[in-house]
Amino acid sequence: MSYIKKPAARHPKLKVNSLGLTIRDYEGSMSTLCAGCGHDSVTAALVQAFFELEVEPHRLAKLSGIGCSSKTPAYFVSEAHGFNAVHGRMPSVAAGANAAHRDLLYVGISGDGDSLSIGLGQFCHAIRRNVNMLYVLENNGVYGLTKGQFSASADIGSTSKGGVANQQGPIDPVNTALSLGATFVARSFSGDKDQLIPILKAGLSHSGFAFVDVISPCVTFNDHQGSTKSYAHTRSHMHEVIETDFVPLKTEIKTEYSEGSVQDITMHDGSVVKLHKIADEYDPTDRRAVLDYLADVGSRGEIATGLLYLEEAGVDMHGFENTVDGPLVEVPFADLCPGSKGLEEVQKEWW
Amino acid sequence: MARESDYGVNDLGLKIATVNGTGSASANGLLLQALFRMGIPVSGKNVFPSNIQGLPTWYEIRVNKDGYTARSPDFQLVIAMNPESYARDIEEVVSGGWILYDNTRELDDEFRRDDVTFLGIPLADMCVEHFQGSRIRILMKNITYVGALVALLDIDMDVVKGMLQEKFSSKQHLMDANFTAIELGYTYALEHFDCPLPIRLEAMDKTKDCVMVTGNAAAALGCVYAGATVGAWYPITPATSVMDGFTEYCRRFRVDPDTGKNNFCILQAEDELAAAGMVIGAGWMGARAFSPTAGPGISLMSEFIGLAYYAEVPCVFFNIQRTGPSTGMPTRTQQGDLMLCAYASHGDTKHIVLFPADPKECFEFSVQAFDLAERFQTPTFVVSDLDIGMNDWMIPKLEWDDSFVPDRGKVLAADELEKVENFYRYLDLDGDHITARTLPGVHSKGAYFTRGSGHDKYGRYTEDSDAYVEVMDRLLAKVESAADHVPAPEVFETDGGKSVGVVSVGGCHWAVLEARDTLAAEGIEMDYLRIRGFPFSQAVEQFLEDHGTVIVIEQNRDEQLKNLILLETSCAKEKLQSVRYYGGQPLSKGHVIEGVTPFLTREPVEVSQ
Repeated sequence: MSYIKKPAARHPKLKVNSLGLTIRDYEGSMSTLCAGCGHDSVTAALVQAFFELEVEPHRLAKLSGIGCSSKTPAYFVSEAHGFNAVHGRMPSVAAGANAAHRDLLYVGISGDGDSLSIGLGQFCHAIRRNVNMLYVLENNGVYGLTKGQFSASADIGSTSKGGVANQQGPIDPVNTALSLGATFVARSFSGDKDQLIPILKAGLSHSGFAFVDVISPCVTFNDHQGSTKSYAHTRSHMHEVIETDFVPLKTEIKTEYSEGSVQDITMHDGSVVKLHKIADEYDPTDRRAVLDYLADVGSRGEIATGLLYLEEAGVDMHGFENTVDGPLVEVPFADLCPGSKGLEEVQKEWW
Repeated sequence: MARESDYGVNDLGLKIATVNGTGSASANGLLLQALFRMGIPVSGKNVFPSNIQGLPTWYEIRVNKDGYTARSPDFQLVIAMNPESYARDIEEVVSGGWILYDNTRELDDEFRRDDVTFLGIPLADMCVEHFQGSRIRILMKNITYVGALVALLDIDMDVVKGMLQEKFSSKQHLMDANFTAIELGYTYALEHFDCPLPIRLEAMDKTKDCVMVTGNAAAALGCVYAGATVGAWYPITPATSVMDGFTEYCRRFRVDPDTGKNNFCILQAEDELAAAGMVIGAGWMGARAFSPTAGPGISLMSEFIGLAYYAEVPCVFFNIQRTGPSTGMPTRTQQGDLMLCAYASHGDTKHIVLFPADPKECFEFSVQAFDLAERFQTPTFVVSDLDIGMNDWMIPKLEWDDSFVPDRGKVLAADELEKVENFYRYLDLDGDHITARTLPGVHSKGAYFTRGSGHDKYGRYTEDSDAYVEVMDRLLAKVESAADHVPAPEVFETDGGKSVGVVSVGGCHWAVLEARDTLAAEGIEMDYLRIRGFPFSQAVEQFLEDHGTVIVIEQNRDEQLKNLILLETSCAKEKLQSVRYYGGQPLSKGHVIEGVTPFLTREPVEVSQ
């Protein structure tokens, strides 16, 4: 971890967004993770995304479970409410919070142990429920805080620091999310900010469960030769399927793309996600085709990245539950309690 | 054990033995409601298997002119509709009693008893003759025995028919069938038996200010009245009907008339762990949220409950207790989770627990639980049981004060936050152990990190001993200070006080009250205190101090209430005696009298259990 605190003073030329906030206003407390940890890069990308999206800090709710990844919500947006839940159970807390207050922006940070082992059930059900949130899985293939055991995302044959090869097959969170009907599925790499930031921004704008698997190497326990989640391995095996450009609602679309290679998807809030396809035949709105394509890429030992699947018209949890448009926490008590008259009415049936 | 029956008007134990899934529940409900509408105090106990269709099931109705509603094992009349359970059912009727059975197929001699009267009615034959289709024939068999009971017990036929009319007003064909069946049974009984039997009924006026309802329905309504908006749950017997009730009342009262959208959100979770997480998430946002469950659910929720305790998130859990341990007997009652709820989760934890004794208290305590949870910012339990929750109870009409304002506790609004320089979540500014909280989305000054990891009074992560201990000590003081705010114990003291005091809890109450009256009539008097809340208040401590012998009556094997008293009060161990019944049936007067006898100065008359 770093020991030198960033100075509180702010550079006078620091860019200011429409809320009058600089990027520094989206930072949190100092990271206590190992120097070089992939998770810190993800945090930096999130900070950038919040700044660029001009998120009001106190309208953001950040949640996590337990593990190295789950420490990170403390490291961004100090003025947002945070919730560090129990191991693997952040999705249910997010679902309940969102049920009560649908107007906040929800970000959940999890890890491969948190989401794919102890919390696999809650991860799956949050997808089924289509909880409106950005869900980032910082994936490094190991348990860091308990010193290097394999996690459920470790590939067969990938070796531990001590040289032992993993034998059990991995749970691929992207595949899992796609099979369960997730409406926004992406994979990125902590070392590729240019790719990650637009994906995070698109995920924050998505109406529904936006899942982003981020390969985020563990420098202490899983960054050696023989690991398939190291910086070197990820860099050399990354296969970018799609380049994402996120255009917020208020910005004029300027970038020119060649006809046919770009697919525009208008988000619920009016922003546009421009998907620049590397492979012409790739259709990020065809779930079955995406699964097939990813299977091919995976069989070659490559790691497909990009905003891999997007469906903007899905029904989210509140749609399923037909809840009122505003937050339930703001419904006045008078509209919740049927009073003595209602009680009289009910009790007629108890006679 | 069978015993000589004492005949009397409006004093009757009736047991109906049927097959699960044959529609007998609605016939039995009809019967119970009819007696209630005749103004006679009545209680019903459904003794059902963990099964959907095919296994034996029983319904017990107790009629008591004096208003005793505890379960009584004295059955003067048994309706034996299930050949599979004939042996047991016929054995259970008291000597001198009656057995009504279907003699379409004559009873084997092995079941015959000389000391009871057999009333055979060819119910199956009659239904085959008068109804078409196997389902309706099965259903109408039940209504036919109700018709026979109308004649045998002198039940008011107009009341019964009136109820059928209300129930089937929109289904003419069903109403016709039910009327036919009622008449069939009624006429047959009049023609073949000496009606009414000596155990007949007579209209009274003892129920006019009462209603008949289950504890779970009342608890669900309490959640609506408390203003709960988020309910999360995983289906489990015997708690499922709490959420069924909440759903029903919400659909009725909580759908926005303009938009057709719901002012509530009910989440059926993937398990109880998730249900607890959802409730805590909603509580964090400032919603009143709850989860109804049973013991197995509390076991699963325990990790989350500790988080809510430590991070001080208001949330309400209903534990409708069933027989444990493990899966236990899911359709039988018990008070086996008293300890579990008082201290749920690892590490040092202690929780506010409310113990209702009937549906009236289920409603009232349900509302109160949300106030306590928010005032003390901590998990609050309403611990009911299967008997209270799923059986129909006659209770005084519920009342509601329209000036009620929910106690949201210390929640800082945006304008209050604007005024403070810095907000610290766990800083006790006024010395009452309760610190102000803020809700997400209100103001950037209110932001803090909610965590189950070690934290200091400023809400910061800590591994510092002193900072950790400071918060833990405040939490203990906070929960203990709730003792004066939980429902006060109900105390029944004889003039001048007696040396023997009985302490009990929850659904034991009705059997204890009845036993106490019976013993008093024999000149054996005892004082009685019913615990209604935890942590225990000074009034509990005082009662323990005032009595030389304290007999704790409860429905579990391990003397959980007694041990809780030992742990949480200064009562001397030698003073406490224990009476336990934990076989899964609701407690009866007999259990109590037999249990307390060894501790009395003289023996009372024997009573059956």
